[in-house]
Amino acid sequence: MDFRVTETQQELRNAVHSFCRTRVTVSLLHELATKGGFDRSLWQELAELGVFSLRRPEARGGSGLGMAEAVLVFEELGRCLAPGPLVWSHLAADLVGGAASGAVVVGGLDLAGAAPAPYLVEHRDALGVLLILKPDGVARLDPKRAPVRPVATPLDPLTPLHYAEQLPDGDRIAGADAARRLRLEGATLVAAQLLGVAEATLEVAVSYAKIREQFGRPIGSFQALKHMMADMFARQELARAAVYAAAATLDHPEVGDVERAVATAKLVAAEAAMKNSRACIQLHGGMGYTWEVPAHYYFKRTWVLESLFGTADEQAAILAEKTAAAP
Amino acid sequence: MDLRYSEADEKFRGEFRSWLNDAVPAYGDPPPPHDWPARRAYDTGWQRTLYQAGYACIDWPKQYGGRDASPTEQLVYFEEIARARAPYVGINFVGIKHGGPTLIAEGTPEQKARHIPRILKGEEVWCQGFSEPGAGSDLASLQTRAVRDGDHYVVNGHKIWTTYAQVADYCELLVRTDPAAPKHKGISWLILPMNLPGIEIGPLRTLVGEGEFNELFLEDVRVPVEDRVGAENDGWRVTNVTLRFERGTAFAAAIYSQQEFLADIARAARQVTRDDARAWDDTALRKEIGHAQAELDALWAMVKMGVSESSKTGVPGIAGVAVKLLYSELDQRLGDLAMRVLGRAGLSRDDVGGLPSKRFLATALKSISLTIAAGTSQIQRNIIAERILGLPKER
Ligand SMILES: Cc1cc2nc3c(=O)[nH]c(=O)nc-3n(C[C@H](O)[C@H](O)[C@H](O)COP(=O)(O)OP(=O)(O)OC[C@H]3O[C@@H](n4cnc5c(N)ncnc54)[C@H](O)[C@@H]3O)c2cc1C
Repeated sequence: MDFRVTETQQELRNAVHSFCRTRVTVSLLHELATKGGFDRSLWQELAELGVFSLRRPEARGGSGLGMAEAVLVFEELGRCLAPGPLVWSHLAADLVGGAASGAVVVGGLDLAGAAPAPYLVEHRDALGVLLILKPDGVARLDPKRAPVRPVATPLDPLTPLHYAEQLPDGDRIAGADAARRLRLEGATLVAAQLLGVAEATLEVAVSYAKIREQFGRPIGSFQALKHMMADMFARQELARAAVYAAAATLDHPEVGDVERAVATAKLVAAEAAMKNSRACIQLHGGMGYTWEVPAHYYFKRTWVLESLFGTADEQAAILAEKTAAAP
Repeated sequence: MDLRYSEADEKFRGEFRSWLNDAVPAYGDPPPPHDWPARRAYDTGWQRTLYQAGYACIDWPKQYGGRDASPTEQLVYFEEIARARAPYVGINFVGIKHGGPTLIAEGTPEQKARHIPRILKGEEVWCQGFSEPGAGSDLASLQTRAVRDGDHYVVNGHKIWTTYAQVADYCELLVRTDPAAPKHKGISWLILPMNLPGIEIGPLRTLVGEGEFNELFLEDVRVPVEDRVGAENDGWRVTNVTLRFERGTAFAAAIYSQQEFLADIARAARQVTRDDARAWDDTALRKEIGHAQAELDALWAMVKMGVSESSKTGVPGIAGVAVKLLYSELDQRLGDLAMRVLGRAGLSRDDVGGLPSKRFLATALKSISLTIAAGTSQIQRNIIAERILGLPKER
């Protein structure tokens, strides 16, 4: 066992990190927030970086890497709030032609969970293909053929939504096993993004706490805030362990119960992102309540991510059954 | 990012598991908590049993009777101990986890020869005399005085919260040897034989009701200078060596056994009926159990991460502070869950109505100490904020 990030994995993460730092800036987010949240050229650059083809077998033009590498990449994408149906297009890399190269933007709807309705399709106008995940299989359909109407004001200004009253069946492209697998991978990658949000909000909070002064000293010297940030750190590290463990378990299922590890990751990471993004706003005082300071983007994105591939409540229910089944 | 145990680890697991399968049932049940001689006999007897089978202090170096076990072997060890519900260090805690390792790192050859084999075999029990009435979180402000008189120190002072002092043979004692120096610079670390004249032990009753910890009154106690560990006035550094072991795997066994506790809570919830339904049918309760399960699993993954780190670098990562913080608070939530499941049966500390009140309440009450002992949660948060996040000191 060596449950650390290897040097090669660290290099991959660094590459994505520095790309995001220069390319997915706060000013880009502000700009996209007014323009519908999707950026075609950014999408192409992410594809070239290998975000979608990462786990595709080398024989089919991918990098042949595992979930361990994928969670690091998605952690960074979560951290910088990169917009778009990133997880779906990554999952579709080997299922839908053009997804891996970024030529076709693939979105999706997970109908395998407990409460899928109402059907809210993310980034619909950007999509070439919409995947529908059901317990018994995966279907693809042409998003332009599903009757939808736009949601005027989505919660996350970077995640536009369309409401579909009904969905056509579409063409079945994979069976129940694949659907189950995609759902587990999807939950893990979303958990990785949530981990990234938990990290980003702590980073932003700490740097603000060091420069903002009240009562003649930096607010970061007040113990009430220190303890708030210490808790943010503890939650972040717990989420990191859970997300990496889920990835390691998906890569080598013999080390544990895949479903249990994934449910754990999704639940713990969602909680870390939720609490950390709230704390980040609180720590900014009145500034935190403004649109200008990006703290609210993290909070809103967390709500979007939390709803995907099984909410924390659903994961808790799965885990309770596992506890009860213990010998 | 690889969670696979090596073949050697799995081989060790298999051997240890099959040994435990026989040894644990054969060893019998623990004595009542207030029977101190019996508790000492039980815990030291188990230590001896482990020693005879080659499973005592497996993390210690081979030359001191350990197995040089790798950190991952230690994880396997804790997982198997919890699975078998085997006794764990008990009253031997300080000797095995603090005193012994500190002597191995800092002791003289004579000190090692005198104590290490006996700690290992369960022949020598230690306690920890760090805290004082005026020095808790601010440990370095301790006042117990040691004045050199020839080849002895004459010690006067008052220690408090000294767990298991009533059964201990030795005490790791922090004393002030230079009152003029800045507070961290005038401390020394002594091995105090508990049978010396001038030591009075006053039992303190914990909220559990047991006399688990004590006060120590030290009056003109003459401790040989050769029983000092490390240089005179270098005791704070030695103390940090001692405490470093706490950040490694000291809590791992306790963390892993929380898994068993939560499974027991879920089992009891399926047994209890309320309003014609099982407690288990309450969705809110079930979700909390699932939530706690997630945090427990995540915490164990975090321990694995820390262990992987330390097996490469030799020192436990600083993030171990967060493990202690999370584990102690989670343990209290498990205690709350247990009490909720028991309902009115939880008003009895003996089993009633076929429910495990005794065990649940013992664990729930004990959990209250975890956010205080070994550095309070507030102190852990200060450490994270200042040493990890680099936030400015308050003043
Ligand atoms: C079950 C148990 C067993 C123990 N066993 C031993 C033992 O064997 N040997 C031994 O030497 N000691 C032992 N201790 C003592 C333990 O280490 C101390 O209780 C602990 O360090 C806290 O010190 P204190 O009790 O003096 O509390 P205090 O330091 O007085 O703390 C009181 C409150 O103030 C808070 N506080 C203090 N300083 C700060 C600060 N800077 N910032 C924010 N909050 C602060 C604390 O968090 C706490 O809530 C044991 C304690 C317990 C509960």
